[in-house]
Amino acid sequence: MSPTALFYRRDFLKTTAAGGAMLLVGFHLPARAADDPAQAQEKPPVNPFSAWVKISPDDKVTLILGKSEMGQGVMTSLPMILAEELCVDWKQVTVEQAVTNPKIYDLGTGGSGSVSDSWLPLRQAGAAAREMLILAAARKWEVTPDTCKAQNGHVIHGHPERAFSYGELVADAAQLPIPNLKQVPLKNASEFTLVGQDTRRIDTASKATGAAKYGIDSRVPGMLYAVIARCPVFDGQVASFDATKAKQVRGVREVVKIETSGRGASTTGGVAVIAENSWAAMQGRKALEVKWDEGAAANESTEELRKQFLALASKPGKVVRNEGDADAALQKSTERLTAAYELPFAAHVCMEPMNCTVHIQADRAEAWVPTQAPQWAQSVIAEIAGLPPEKVDVRTTQLGGGFGRRYQADFVMEAAQVAKAMGKPVMVVWTREDDMQHDFYRPASYHLLQAALGDTGDLLAYKHFQTSTSIAYKWEKNGVEKPEDSEFGTGTTPPYQTPNLRIEYTLAHSSAPRAWWRSVEHSSSGFVMESFADELAHSAGQDPLEYRLKLIGDSRKIPQLNSDPNDPPLDTARLKGVLRLAAERAGWGNSMPAGEGRGIAGFFSFNSYVAAVAEVAASPRGITVKRIICGVDCGRPVNPNGVRAQVESAVIYALTATVKDAITVERGRVVQSNFNDYAMIRMKETPKIEVHLVVNNEAPTGIGEPTVPVIAPAICNAIFSATGKRLRRLPIRAQDLA
Amino acid sequence: MGTTFTLNGKSTTVDVDPQMPLLWVLRDTLNMTGTKFGCGMALCGACTVHINGEATRSCITPISSVAGKKVITIEGLSTDASHPVQKAWIEEDVPQCGYCQSGQIMSAAALLAKKANPTDADIDDAMSGNICRCGTYQRIRKAIHHAASLQAGK
Repeated sequence: MSPTALFYRRDFLKTTAAGGAMLLVGFHLPARAADDPAQAQEKPPVNPFSAWVKISPDDKVTLILGKSEMGQGVMTSLPMILAEELCVDWKQVTVEQAVTNPKIYDLGTGGSGSVSDSWLPLRQAGAAAREMLILAAARKWEVTPDTCKAQNGHVIHGHPERAFSYGELVADAAQLPIPNLKQVPLKNASEFTLVGQDTRRIDTASKATGAAKYGIDSRVPGMLYAVIARCPVFDGQVASFDATKAKQVRGVREVVKIETSGRGASTTGGVAVIAENSWAAMQGRKALEVKWDEGAAANESTEELRKQFLALASKPGKVVRNEGDADAALQKSTERLTAAYELPFAAHVCMEPMNCTVHIQADRAEAWVPTQAPQWAQSVIAEIAGLPPEKVDVRTTQLGGGFGRRYQADFVMEAAQVAKAMGKPVMVVWTREDDMQHDFYRPASYHLLQAALGDTGDLLAYKHFQTSTSIAYKWEKNGVEKPEDSEFGTGTTPPYQTPNLRIEYTLAHSSAPRAWWRSVEHSSSGFVMESFADELAHSAGQDPLEYRLKLIGDSRKIPQLNSDPNDPPLDTARLKGVLRLAAERAGWGNSMPAGEGRGIAGFFSFNSYVAAVAEVAASPRGITVKRIICGVDCGRPVNPNGVRAQVESAVIYALTATVKDAITVERGRVVQSNFNDYAMIRMKETPKIEVHLVVNNEAPTGIGEPTVPVIAPAICNAIFSATGKRLRRLPIRAQDLA
Repeated sequence: MGTTFTLNGKSTTVDVDPQMPLLWVLRDTLNMTGTKFGCGMALCGACTVHINGEATRSCITPISSVAGKKVITIEGLSTDASHPVQKAWIEEDVPQCGYCQSGQIMSAAALLAKKANPTDADIDDAMSGNICRCGTYQRIRKAIHHAASLQAGK
C-alpha cells in the first residue's frame, strides 16, 4: 500500500476532532491535519439539509448518522443531539447511515470520541437547519424571523397562533444561505427536552427480530463466499500451494493467492478458497495444501518475550518524564516500595467475526463493510481496484462489536483482492479461529513501580518503568523514534502529588500484530497505577480511599503531558468526586464477611473520570466478583441510559481480561483459537453492576472505554483486602492465592 | 434428493451437502441471516434456533439430522416483535451491538416455554451457553423476568 492509504489512529482521531468542526466552520487546519493530504483540503460549509437532515413533505424526519454503530449507541445518541437543536419530536425520527464521503463526513469511529467530537458540530448543524426553517416560514408570512419560533417539528408565529410544519417549509429552507455556524444560536442547556433524558435505543427492535443487517449478513445477487488460509506464524508467507483437493470439495469454485500488504494495515496474505457458500469455502480450506515460509518469527514465544521483559527491566529506560530526582530520593528513603506488574496480549473478540463484501466492476466498486473507518476501507478498495475513491461506494453496516478491531482494514484488503480476482461480488468471512489468531492484540507489557514514602505516607518519589510491545512502533509515523507514545496514555500524568517523578520506557521486540484494544494503553496504566496506589496505602497503614484523596490533594487542573492544546487537563476535583461517589454508594468502610473484600480504583482517561469499587470473595478455590459499583463523570450525558449501558459493557469486557485467559504465543503462533481456550464472562459469572453518574454541565467526554482501566485494579485490590495476597499479573487465577 | 423440514411453519426442501450445518443452510442457502455465526463449535450460542422446541446450536447441526423436524428461527419467533421476550428486550433496552441477541432471545424463549417463571438460577443455567461480548447480561436477566410477567399477562 502507498503511504497515502494509511491513517494513523492518534493523528487521525485528532484530525477527526478538528475536521468535524472544520467541515462546518471552515477554520484553519491544525498542523497535524495538514500532514494528511485527504484532510488537508479546505472544506466548504455543508448545507445541513444535504448532509444531516432530511425532511419529507409529509413530515418524516430522517437524521444522518456519520459514525459507525458498533453497540455503543451512537445511532441513538448522535441523532438525539441533532433532534434537540432541530426541535423535532423524537418519535418522528428515523436514522440513516451516512454515505462514505470524506468531503462531508468524518466517519472514523474510535477513541471514545463520537459524542464528544460531534457534540458541537451536530448542535450547530441542527441549529442551522432550524434557523433556515424559521427563516423560510418568516418569509412566507412576511414577518421577521425573530417573531417566529421552532417547536416540535413546526415553526409557529403570532396570536392566534399559526404554524407551518417542517415538511411544508423544507423545500424553501434548503435553498436559503447557510448561517454562520459559529454564530448560529444554540439552545441553553435548561431548554433541552431530549438531551439528558433516558432514551431507548433506536435500533433495538431490529436487533430483537433478526432484521438488523451486519456486514456478514450482506447478500448481493451472484455473490460468492471466501475464506482465507493465512500463515499461522506472524508475518509468514505462502511458499507454495496445491489447490487440487480443495477444488474437489462440493461448492468450491476457485482458489487464488492473496498478496501481503504493507506496513501496519498488514494482511500477511494467504490463499483464498472461494465457494458458493461459507461452509463449502471452509471445507475447501481444510482440503487445501499450503506450504508456508514461516519466516523469522517462528521462534517467538510468550516465555521468550517475558525473558526479554525481565532483561530490559534490569536496565534504565528512555526518560519519558522527569521531575526532581526520583532515583536519589528512592536511594535515600527508608520506606521504599517496589512492585512489578505484567499484562498479556489481549484479543478483541468481536462477536461478529471479521468480514467484508466487495464487488469491483469496470468503472466503480461497491462494498458492504462492518468498519470503524469507512474512508480507510474506501481508499484501500480504490487502490486495489484502480479506481478513484469517489467511485467506491462503501456502505457501513451494523458492526457486531468493534472495540478498536474494526478500525483496521486488513479484512478489507483481503476482500478487495479476492473480488478483483473473481470479477463478482465476494464476501471474505473469517472463522472464530481466524479472528482470534489474526487479531491486532493489546500489547503485552511489564512494569516496574517504585516509590519512597514519608512518615505520613506522603509520596517522596514515584518511578514507573515500562517495557512493552509498542503499538506506535508498528503504526505511527514517529513510532520507531518514540515507541513510548502509545504506551502510557494519561499514565504520564499521575494525579498523586510527588516532588520526584520519573517515567521510563524501553521497547520490547515482537512480531505479534498489535493495536488499539478497548481503552488502549489506559488498560495497562490503570491497572498498574491503581494497584500500586493501593499498595502504597496499605504500606502507609491508611485507608485506600482516604489515602488516594490525600495524595491527590487540592482541587486543581493538571495539564496532560505532551497533550494536544485541545485536550482538557486532569481536574482533580472531578477525580475525587467519582472516587467519593463510588465509595459512598458501595458502603465503603462497612464490614465484609470473612473471605470477602472491597477494593477501589479511580482513573482519568478519554477526558472522563471513572471510579469503581469491587466486592470480591476470594480463596484458592475460586474468585467470585460479586458486585461492581461505578462512579462516572463523563460530563453531560446525552443519553444517560446509553452511558450506563456503556459502563456495564466495559465492566464485563475488563472483567473478562482480568479473570479469564491471556493470548499466548508459541513457535510464533497464537495458541488460543476459540471460546474453549479464550473464555468469555458468561451470565452465571456476571456480578451485580451499579452505575452512578455525576450530574454536571461539563461538555460530554468519552464513555465507551474509560471504565475499562479501573476494573482490574479494583478487583485485585479487593482480593488483597480479602486475602492479604497481592496479584500483580493478569489474568489472575485462583491458584495464585494458594 | 434434498432434505425436507418445517421452517417457521413452512415446509422447506434444500438440496445441499447432507453434512452442511443448519446454520449455513439458513444463512447462505436460504438467505435468512437473523441466525448468527459466532464460533462454529457450539461454544457461544449466537446460532441458537429451536428444533422441535429445544434450543439448539445450529452451527454443529448437520442439515440431514433436521429432516422431518420443526425449526423455528428468530425470524419465526414473531413477525412483528410481539413475542414476550422480544417485547421485554425492547422495553429493557437490552442489545448493544446486538449480534448475539438472536441467539440470546431464542435461548430465553425456549426457557420461558418450559419454565413460566424462571429463577435467577434457572436463567444462569439456560443462558450461560450464550456469550455477549458487549456484556448485556444484567439487562438480559432483567428482561427475562420481565418477559415472564408479560407472558403471564401481568
